[in-house]
Amino acid sequence: MSRERNVGVFDGFIYRGGGSMLAWLLHRISGIGMVIFVSLHVLASYLSQQFGSNFGQAVNVIYQSWFFQTLIFLFVLFHAINGLRIIILDLWPGLIQYQREAIWIEWAVFLPLYSIALIVIVTKGLSGS
Amino acid sequence: MLSRPTPQRALTFEYLMWLFIRISALGLYLLVIIGVVAALFMGARTQMDMATLIRWTFFPNPNHVINSNIPDLDLGWVGLLWQVIQGLAVFLGVTHGVNGLRNILEDFIGNKSLRLALRLVLFSLWAFMIYLATVLILTS
Repeated sequence: MSRERNVGVFDGFIYRGGGSMLAWLLHRISGIGMVIFVSLHVLASYLSQQFGSNFGQAVNVIYQSWFFQTLIFLFVLFHAINGLRIIILDLWPGLIQYQREAIWIEWAVFLPLYSIALIVIVTKGLSGS
Repeated sequence: MLSRPTPQRALTFEYLMWLFIRISALGLYLLVIIGVVAALFMGARTQMDMATLIRWTFFPNPNHVINSNIPDLDLGWVGLLWQVIQGLAVFLGVTHGVNGLRNILEDFIGNKSLRLALRLVLFSLWAFMIYLATVLILTS
């Protein structure tokens, strides 16, 4: 399954994958982020519901902070939109020749949506509500 | 120079998981749409703030609605249908996530025994999360 390789982390920094590599990297990072977020959230809910533990409250304080919300919304939105791009390109292989354009469209959808959410979250967070 | 053997075109585990990732992503999109549309029909438009609506949308559990202005949760927000949808969301979401971690593992861990051990860890994580979420769904 996996092969022997002699490529290190630093070769990864030199490799110029362009926009598709950036999308791939962000997809992985956001995926890992969401796994950690969801696992902790489920665990915290379980502990507070079954045992009345305070761990859930401690986690919720972090989750309700506006800094965390900007981050998790970035992860969810990017992962969802990029995943949709991957599914569309997989379902219609003929579109592969337009994959650069697909990534531009993806950013054109992502950036306005995320900007609006960012404005809402940050202004609400700074006004303390 | 020796090249890698060509993968067989067959119903292998890798192919099935490749397919599952796509199908579960589309399924999660569908569940999210069902959740948000149903919430808006049931009065979320005037009785809920944005944060509560988003919490409900991603996981339609009555505990996610508790701090809102919905006067009576029994009017459609609690029930077998939502429990089934929660179960589906958990199964699709957790399996999708853990398989994503497995993908990263297969990519970056070259050592054979370490890879096997980490696969076991991931499988335990998957089973544990499914168990926790099932208990939560059945008792809330």
